[in-house]
Amino acid sequence: MEQSVPLSEEQLAKNFADIAPPLTNDAALLEANKCLFCHDAPCTIACPTHIDVPAFIKKIASGNLRGSARVILDANPFGHSCARACPVEVLCEGACVLNDRDEQPIKIALLQRHATDYVLEHKLRLFQPGPSTGKRVAVVGAGPAGLSCARDLRRRGHDVTVFEAKAQPGGLNTYGIAEYKLKADVALAEVQDILDLGVELKTGVTIASIDPLLSQYDAVFVGVGLGGTKRLGIPGEDLPGVVDALTFIEHLKTHPYRETTVGRRVVVIGAGNTAIDAVTQAKRLGAAAATIVYRRSEADMPCYHYEYELAKRDGCGFRFNAAPQRIIGNGSGGVSGLEVRTDLGSETIPSDMVIVAIGQGERDFVVPRNDPRVFVGGDCANGGAEIVNAAAEGGVAAKRIHEMLTGGDAM
Amino acid sequence: MADLRTNFADIKSPNPFWLASGPPTNTYGQVAKAFDQGWGGAVWKTIGEPIINVFSRYGSVDLGATRMMGFNNIELISDRPVAENLKEIAEVKRNYPTHAVIASLMVESKRAAWHEMVKQTEDTGADGIELNFGCPHGMSERGMGSAVGQVPDYTCQIVEWVKEVATIPVIVKLTPNVTDITYIARAAVKGGADALSLINTINSIVGVDLSTFEPQPSVAGKSSHGGYCGPAVKPIALHLVSAVAADPSVKIPISGIGGIASWRDAAEFIALGAGSVQVCTAVMHYGFRIVEDLIDGLSTWMDERGHRTLADVRGRALPRVTTWEELDLNYHLLAHIDQDKCIKCELCWTACEDGAHQAIRRLPRDNGGPVVEIIEEACVGCNLCAAVCPVQECITMRQVPNEYPPVSWKEYAAGKRKLAPRSEHFHTATWAPSPK
Repeated sequence: MEQSVPLSEEQLAKNFADIAPPLTNDAALLEANKCLFCHDAPCTIACPTHIDVPAFIKKIASGNLRGSARVILDANPFGHSCARACPVEVLCEGACVLNDRDEQPIKIALLQRHATDYVLEHKLRLFQPGPSTGKRVAVVGAGPAGLSCARDLRRRGHDVTVFEAKAQPGGLNTYGIAEYKLKADVALAEVQDILDLGVELKTGVTIASIDPLLSQYDAVFVGVGLGGTKRLGIPGEDLPGVVDALTFIEHLKTHPYRETTVGRRVVVIGAGNTAIDAVTQAKRLGAAAATIVYRRSEADMPCYHYEYELAKRDGCGFRFNAAPQRIIGNGSGGVSGLEVRTDLGSETIPSDMVIVAIGQGERDFVVPRNDPRVFVGGDCANGGAEIVNAAAEGGVAAKRIHEMLTGGDAM
Repeated sequence: MADLRTNFADIKSPNPFWLASGPPTNTYGQVAKAFDQGWGGAVWKTIGEPIINVFSRYGSVDLGATRMMGFNNIELISDRPVAENLKEIAEVKRNYPTHAVIASLMVESKRAAWHEMVKQTEDTGADGIELNFGCPHGMSERGMGSAVGQVPDYTCQIVEWVKEVATIPVIVKLTPNVTDITYIARAAVKGGADALSLINTINSIVGVDLSTFEPQPSVAGKSSHGGYCGPAVKPIALHLVSAVAADPSVKIPISGIGGIASWRDAAEFIALGAGSVQVCTAVMHYGFRIVEDLIDGLSTWMDERGHRTLADVRGRALPRVTTWEELDLNYHLLAHIDQDKCIKCELCWTACEDGAHQAIRRLPRDNGGPVVEIIEEACVGCNLCAAVCPVQECITMRQVPNEYPPVSWKEYAAGKRKLAPRSEHFHTATWAPSPK
């Protein structure tokens, strides 16, 4: 493929620096003091994990950062990554009452980061495992759902073993969030906090069936996420130069930036949030042109509005109502373009690289859902949602598992 | 444009805004700069036998992210030689003949010492003298400042000594650190004072460093109580000014001091009887430039309200300050929520429920309609919900007319008149933890 001109290390570091840099202490204090401290706060209601947002912000205002982080992480073990990657515009910040006073909402995500960063920086241990119950739970999948479930079970005193197929835990937090939002070191540090409670982790282990686990454990939680990117079903999709978005992003996140090469002209098929992550990161890696190609209209795009805005700010292009028909080879083992059908007829969009981002398929994994000892959560249960949804579902599952294991005594 | 010219006890200034005695009036350069920027007068940093200051002098109280909501100091009077101060006062007065230049004095409590200091001061051409009987820290330990101002007899005595030789107006600056300031005010009047100024600073410790347990401001690990000032003290000052202004045996001009930072603050002091106002902390925070809006804001407000001179405003609020027993018990208010303005923070509910009279009802959030409503039969019109509401004019207090004539406590207790039916507590015994 015709590759983009490599960017300098400095430029790459700049392109992948935090898109929302941390608040200074002064800025955090100012922002925290703007919070009205609502009763029955809409931000808390809007959060799937129901973090007591006014409480943690009040604690920032009072100088109690440790207590603030405890409020956050008590409700959501993935408070660090959610502070960076949550779609707060449609959750807590979107619900902030200040929106109704024609003001900017409180910067809840950045305040959450301010408090939780303090915990990471000072390596504070906020939680302890509960007194041992002697019960054993297996968790399949070390993503946000599985690890949330694992943490909350450990806090209730159960022994937990987490099985993870990948080399590293964290799931998409480690491998799949846009680099400018969340870096793998933060994702892994967050996971380590959970493991430090005494959660056993076995990586590189693919669980094909949970039946054997049911004979060794008192309960099993399945949080295996979704499978690989769906296939387009058009000619040319196996050509070199065609890559799926998750593979592309994972490569970027597990290698030095310059080792992920992009074409000079990149086309991304799909218009979900992952497609946006792919197109912006292709652009940030140095693609001269990076274009979303979407078969439906602008209004139909499944990505969040602010993600669309971000891609436009990054200089990415958009082709709507353009249905991919065929990926055209360049005769030397690469790609030369994407043929699309539009209202005006067929056309070929020149391209050296095609990234497919039309959503993930389901995993080929049979969960015996009628077995009362089996629980599910996260993307594999909800069809694909946010970190915060996975964390919430893992937490709810832990509560139910605990109720089952201890005979109904929820805590 | 409104006429802001001020004649305070025969001391004339182009406007009522004077710099209070303190760090901003320590030198010729500061006072001259302030006059150039628009200040009408200045009370010089207190002159006396030069002192030696400690290095850490100020402590601040922040409110949330707002700096210096309250402020205190353990600085003493001028550390510059008397002769030097007097020379600069004379120079300022020469170069700014139409501005008010007032010398603040503090010397040991001896008749001869006061006579000597007053005579020297008059030689400068200063327009007036302010006697510092208020400084609550340091100097009071040496028998000066508030040590004088807290004892009516001392106050009277020293004012008499000063008046024996003074030919220019003498203002007595009062300390608020007393049980009843009117006693001291009357003593100053008895001694012959031409005017009063109040309040001086309030005894305070602004805080404790929780990592070292050092009170603030710390001097080598220790501190001492200092004088509190800044926006936090304004309500205290307003009360004391009104108490002195309303005292029938005082009847001399009052210069209002205490937390004045805006033209509104100044207008309130004037409305409660102040003939001029003095500002220090706000200048220490933001500089002399604040006088521009003090003047602009006050004169714009006066123009809009049709007040031509300060005399039209002065004391206008005073007749409305009364005793509690004179207030009308049949004047009923009801909180009203403008649901179009409500942003659904529920602060009114939590405040009323926990902190007042349980007179607001919560409605389910998911209905899309209002989330709070006033329980009219329980509302006692206390203002708390309106005070906590973060949206201007969302919650307003509305009068509920009734057939009953006004009745004061005095009248009611004497059996003269009847109370109109009023709201009552109604669910004090119903609280139970909500199911989780």
